[in-house]
Amino acid sequence: MTNQFKFLYKTCIVLLAVLATMAMGAVILLAIGAPVLKTYAVIVFDPLKNIGLISEVLIRTIPLTIIALGIAVAYRSGIINIGAEGQMAMGILATTAVALALPDLPKPLLLPLVLIAGIAGGALWGAIPGLLKAKLQVSELLSTVMLNYIAEQFYTFCLRKPFLDPAEMTTGSGTPQSMRLTKNIWLTRFVSGTRLHTGIFIAIGFAIVIYLLLWKTPFGYKMRAAGSCERAARYGGINVAKYLVIAMVLSGGFAGLAGAVEICGVHHRAIQGITGGYGFSAIVVALFGGLHPAGIIPAAFFFGLLLVGGNMTQNAVGVPANMVQVLQGVIILVIVATQMILSNTYLMERIWRKTHKEASS
Amino acid sequence: MDRNTRITSLRMEHITKRFPGVLASDDISLSVGDGEVLALVGENGAGKTTLMNILMGLYQQDEGKIFINGQEMRFHSPNDAFAAGLGMVHQQYMLVPNMTVTENIALGYKKAWTAWKLNLQMVRERIIEISETYGLAVDPDAYVWQLSVGEQQRVELVKTLCLGARFLILDEPTSALTPQETDELIVLLKRMTNDLSIIFISHKLQEVSELSDRVTILRHGAVVFNGNTNEHSSAEIAALMTGREIIMPENTDTSCAAQKALEIGHVNALSDRGYLALNDLNLTVHGGEIVGLAGVSGNGQRELAEVINGLRRVEKGTITFFGNDITNKTPKVIIKAGMGYIPEERNTEGIVPPFSIKENFILKDADAKQFTKGIFQDKTAIAENAAKLRTEFDIRCPSTDVAAGTLSGGNIQKVILAREITRRPKFLVAVYPIRGLDLGAAQFIHEQLLAKRKEGLGILLISEELDEILALSDRIAVIFKGHIQQVLQRSEADSRKLGMLMAGV
Repeated sequence: MTNQFKFLYKTCIVLLAVLATMAMGAVILLAIGAPVLKTYAVIVFDPLKNIGLISEVLIRTIPLTIIALGIAVAYRSGIINIGAEGQMAMGILATTAVALALPDLPKPLLLPLVLIAGIAGGALWGAIPGLLKAKLQVSELLSTVMLNYIAEQFYTFCLRKPFLDPAEMTTGSGTPQSMRLTKNIWLTRFVSGTRLHTGIFIAIGFAIVIYLLLWKTPFGYKMRAAGSCERAARYGGINVAKYLVIAMVLSGGFAGLAGAVEICGVHHRAIQGITGGYGFSAIVVALFGGLHPAGIIPAAFFFGLLLVGGNMTQNAVGVPANMVQVLQGVIILVIVATQMILSNTYLMERIWRKTHKEASS
Repeated sequence: MDRNTRITSLRMEHITKRFPGVLASDDISLSVGDGEVLALVGENGAGKTTLMNILMGLYQQDEGKIFINGQEMRFHSPNDAFAAGLGMVHQQYMLVPNMTVTENIALGYKKAWTAWKLNLQMVRERIIEISETYGLAVDPDAYVWQLSVGEQQRVELVKTLCLGARFLILDEPTSALTPQETDELIVLLKRMTNDLSIIFISHKLQEVSELSDRVTILRHGAVVFNGNTNEHSSAEIAALMTGREIIMPENTDTSCAAQKALEIGHVNALSDRGYLALNDLNLTVHGGEIVGLAGVSGNGQRELAEVINGLRRVEKGTITFFGNDITNKTPKVIIKAGMGYIPEERNTEGIVPPFSIKENFILKDADAKQFTKGIFQDKTAIAENAAKLRTEFDIRCPSTDVAAGTLSGGNIQKVILAREITRRPKFLVAVYPIRGLDLGAAQFIHEQLLAKRKEGLGILLISEELDEILALSDRIAVIFKGHIQQVLQRSEADSRKLGMLMAGV
């Protein structure tokens, strides 16, 4: 098999995947009477038209990357964390609580403190399913989803009662949100005229840390061993239960950090709907990125692009954002299928032989 | 072809099969006549199993033809091969672990399936009938995950017979049976040649000469010999198979037993199914001695190995290791105390399959000083260690970066052995160390075990191969229903005596 053929084969598969996605999407778009090609152009190209829009894509890339890193750590250690949504909410609450309690601390002290509080909030919420699985063999699929519900309600409660903005109380409008938090926790917006904040460096920094942790340290080695083959890990003297809990604490901590960064970088107060499905999208980002930081960053950027592009179709071509979510679902399915096809070397071998035979005969 | 037509001839002609980068079958031809037994012999990786998988429709040949009763057959799936009357017992069992024996056999038992109902009772009766007819003891209600490897093999045999095979293909059928069972199986298979023909893959030359009419020898995917079994000695066949002469090492030294290394006192432990797997078990092994543990699989061997290594709870009794109590200590503590362990399940327990070979070498030493630099792994040291062990233990692999799970059984076993004995343990528990290995690899592993014994290492050798136990052991303990029946000096033991003890007589 020549390298030329391999390259051609892979390119063809990817092109076919793109065509398949567009064809399936076309059926949906035609059904609602939207212009097919124009919609696609809006989703993929419009968000890259100017620096302001690109910064919006990056702003969404930041939490997706941070959460996906945590999900990758858990996944590599043999535990599937679908509770990032709740862990992120708890991180936001912890951040807000600290910022409300200590508004007068100087920024170099307060900013790290609120970020750590966010990590702690998420880590605590992640530790629960970890401990339940390690000690009582409770499936994490069950516990993380249930804890999402609890976190969601607790989040709403906090915004309506203890954290409620005093201004809302006096005006009586009752929007469930906290007051604007002290400037001492704000992350710097370093591109003028945009909301792009220094959280992007936190995300990139932690991507490097996770890469080093998982692939360059004995600690990460043991985590991956426990996740790849529990029995062999136990045989090798690795305390699988311990690493399971640590993995969930880290995973939750990352989701909590993402929440803290969202507060400090974008919203500057706790409002409803900040988590907005990031915790679930990040699962796809993590898997799409091959559970590796080097893949997660571009994957998160791509999903950020879809999120921004989806918001733009409404105005540009009258396609509701909900329809774009349907398209996203199609894209995810095709991506997963494409990855499976690309990793099937036997199929490649067979096609090579077929085309080769035809060519020689 | 009719479902009940007898298969009087089977021919494979000029079969060629390529896998990415490997020529697995190179223009192979063979034939089996009516009521004939063909032994297919060759080292690990010679292409025997691939060839049989082609015959069974699991793979399709790139070139070549298959004829049954003179008629060309084209098998697109195992179902086609079943329909043509071929039945195979694979080396790696094709059983669903979380189903019962009856349910597993029902999977392929078409007669039991009606539109709305699966008639399990019928399958169960058929199993009992078959197992009684052929003397193959299986519990139809046991879950497969609860069974030992030997028991699972019996289930596979019963399954194939239940499904009405008229031509049997057996991939190392006796590798998990006791000598008595092997003898019985050979008698049974010989009797069955009244009704059907058999191809069997084997490493054991004794069986080849006892059972087969003809023998085909493969080396590197090609046929190197084809002839009548009775015209050639076992030694000739062995030489053809490996391309060199093989002499299995034997333990002929006088005992060099030193201090007590492992003392197991009155130990009870439960099996996965919750019954008493070890029942008041007592055993002592000294440094510099090999104690062979003989027994039919499923009599507590797996549980004993796990209990010693901290992988299973001790319910009662004590385990002492060089004077220290290691009862119910964690595996980490026991490894630190100097225990080495070659586990029964090499593919899922002895290695982490997706990890590279070099990563698997440090499975027990991830934190060790020689493999770390500060908080980071020392990749250079890890690679150097792997390169050294690869040459020293003759591990055949494209590079030490490939996933260990992609290696052949013999090479995986060498990876485990290399890791366990170069860690300089004070003691070694070796469970079925040469199961499924070819003569060359088995010889190598036995030589290594004997060399370690000479260096003063105590070894508990758990095996069902009496030849292996008799060749290596200083003393032989026989386990039956979780209890040590008797401990014999090697000079007092022979396979007849051991066989009786293993059967509980």
